Amino acid sequence: MTAEIQNSIGRLWLIALTPLVLLGALLVVIVQTWPGDAIGVSQYPPVEELSFSAAKLRPNEISLTVFNDGPDTVTIGQIQVDDAYWAFTSDGGTVLSHLQSARLTIPYPWVEGEQHTVRVVTSTGATFDHEISVAVETPRPDLRYFLAFTLIGTYVGVIPVALGLLWFPLVARLGRTGLAFLLSLTVGLLLFLMVDAGQEGLEMALVVPESYQGVMLFGFGVFGAYFGLELIGGWLRGKRQATNTATSGWALALLVAIGIGLHNFGEGLAIGAAFALGEAGLGTLLIVGFTLHNTTEGLAIVAPLARDRVKIGELVKLGVVGGAPTIAGAWLGGLVYSPVWAVMFLGIGVGAIAQVVVQIIRQVVPDGPVMRFLSTAPALSGLSVGFVIMYATGMLVG
Amino acid sequence: MKRWSRRSWLQVAGLGSLAGGATRIASRSVGAQESGDDVPQRPHRMGALGRVSTESFDPSVFLRTWNFSDLPQVERERFYRETPRQDGTVLREYELFSVDREVEIAPGVFFPAWTYNGQVPGPTLRATEGDRIRVNFLNQGSHPHTIHFHGWHPPEVDGSLPEHEVRPGERFVYEFDAEPFGVHLYHCHATPLRRHIHKGLYGTFIIDPKDVGGMVHREPADELVMVMNGFDTNFDAENEVYAVNTVAHHHMHDPIRVRVGQLIRIYLVNLTEFDLINSIHMHGMFFDVMRTGTQLKPSETTDTLMLCQGERAVIETRFRYPGEFMFHAHQSEFAELGWMGLFLAEEDRRDS
Repeated sequence: MTAEIQNSIGRLWLIALTPLVLLGALLVVIVQTWPGDAIGVSQYPPVEELSFSAAKLRPNEISLTVFNDGPDTVTIGQIQVDDAYWAFTSDGGTVLSHLQSARLTIPYPWVEGEQHTVRVVTSTGATFDHEISVAVETPRPDLRYFLAFTLIGTYVGVIPVALGLLWFPLVARLGRTGLAFLLSLTVGLLLFLMVDAGQEGLEMALVVPESYQGVMLFGFGVFGAYFGLELIGGWLRGKRQATNTATSGWALALLVAIGIGLHNFGEGLAIGAAFALGEAGLGTLLIVGFTLHNTTEGLAIVAPLARDRVKIGELVKLGVVGGAPTIAGAWLGGLVYSPVWAVMFLGIGVGAIAQVVVQIIRQVVPDGPVMRFLSTAPALSGLSVGFVIMYATGMLVG
Repeated sequence: MKRWSRRSWLQVAGLGSLAGGATRIASRSVGAQESGDDVPQRPHRMGALGRVSTESFDPSVFLRTWNFSDLPQVERERFYRETPRQDGTVLREYELFSVDREVEIAPGVFFPAWTYNGQVPGPTLRATEGDRIRVNFLNQGSHPHTIHFHGWHPPEVDGSLPEHEVRPGERFVYEFDAEPFGVHLYHCHATPLRRHIHKGLYGTFIIDPKDVGGMVHREPADELVMVMNGFDTNFDAENEVYAVNTVAHHHMHDPIRVRVGQLIRIYLVNLTEFDLINSIHMHGMFFDVMRTGTQLKPSETTDTLMLCQGERAVIETRFRYPGEFMFHAHQSEFAELGWMGLFLAEEDRRDS
């Protein structure tokens, strides 16, 4: 009998592998007898693509990382800075094959606060431009750099969320209608963030090197985060029910905090990245705008807790979960930025928020029809007010 | 200064690569391997990095070459023959052919050019006023071409109308008398005209004034041919490379050597496409200008001369001081994109 089982397992393997082996054979045939030859496809010119992933400005020096995301080899012929040929060095040579990158260093007396355009001229005369919109010296990743990012992250992420949490005593005194209003308002806030992050993520997805298929990465982030949180949510609820504390409000608040945290991580990443690319002069107004904007996020976190008894420690925990990722994001963005990661995290933020929205609606309307709830006065006005608040504070940030 | 918004942050963050990410189909595959991986580190002395191979075209040789004078006699006769005529003039016969060829216009940057005799600019033709010019033209290129000469000639050899186009593989003979004296040009006049010219089908046509009664009209001089040109390598109707005689910044590395006190005569032709004008500025001196070279007396003395497309001039000067002197377009952009070089003026060696 064992031999028979082994025999059948062997056959299963055979069945599983046969198509793969045949596929391999097909690939060999294609490569050997390139069908393009027959119609002269191999005569076609090479497709050259280059993208820039990071720019660093030091006194009298511009350095850029170029990345070949096209199918064919690209040979860098010359570099122009502001329409002038300039000497340069490359740590990866000038011949870049598919997915290869090199760091170009150009000794150039750039002018602080002004715009510069670096242009790579390839051996075929194709040109690829990188614009440095506002030239400022790139901060070096030292302790002060870390502290600066930490401070910005704190201003933009942690403090506003914490301030929002301070509304908890008020939230706890709300009646049924008031709570419905507040939760709807939270949904409105979150929907705004979702659309906003979705737009940003997709915009960025379109500019990452094509090989990385930005939109797919974004979609992966969205669905991954949604179902990941769904899983965590189920686990949290199960745990709470097991200990019989039956406070689904806490679980929901935590989920909201996680969702907002992921979103803020993406935001932090972008802030850090703007520094890393040598592009940003951070205005005070901008930080103020972010701070106001993000305060509403704290409110969103505490809303589900209205009916619960919550310890200060737990509030702090929620604040950290929601706000602190901004700092981590800023660090990561500033140190190892790549637009590819930004797309991923913006996608994750969108998925997380979508999941949170669904969670909140589930809590408010455990089994009744959702649409009927949404068309009640408190819900509708909550949604609208939430959206308007975000819109108005969003205007401060542009 | 630009105001920064949250959205523009995010955009900036992703979009460094916006412009760079654009896909572009290169014109042709090239053998760019010469430039190799080795990028030397050197201080910035205005100009492109590295050197262009001078194996197939050396701008320093082109400068003082006309009627194929750079070729050994036997080979020269394949392209140029002189036959004296009864009236004392000369029949000058040229073999010109058009051919597609990739030319290196800046170190490591190759341009898919259309050329006369495999070079851009085409060979410089030089005759004396009244000579008979006979150009046997063979089109070996992939498109119809012509040769349109500036100067007096009958309409049949004008090379400008559709019926004048010489199709690939076909021949045509352009025959006319060389008139008037001056510095002229020739170029392809097939349509689309702009493309046929900016792809490289042009050259210089010098007609020397006739010797009347034993009078030498132009003093002997160190004569230089300079064609101001540009190349649009990415087909955006703007030049990425400018130069005299094609190779960007060539004379920054290989200065034009001249003698202090000797008469220098430059035959300057502007064949830059896309830009309305081009110019020459010479450092540390002034020069005499004979526009189009059709007068023997200078019309002006200056150190900066502007020429429209197709305009040309004879320039004469003598270096007063030894040493390096820059010359370049006074459009700074053109200068930094390749149209810049050096003269090296040396004292006459006195063998004591």
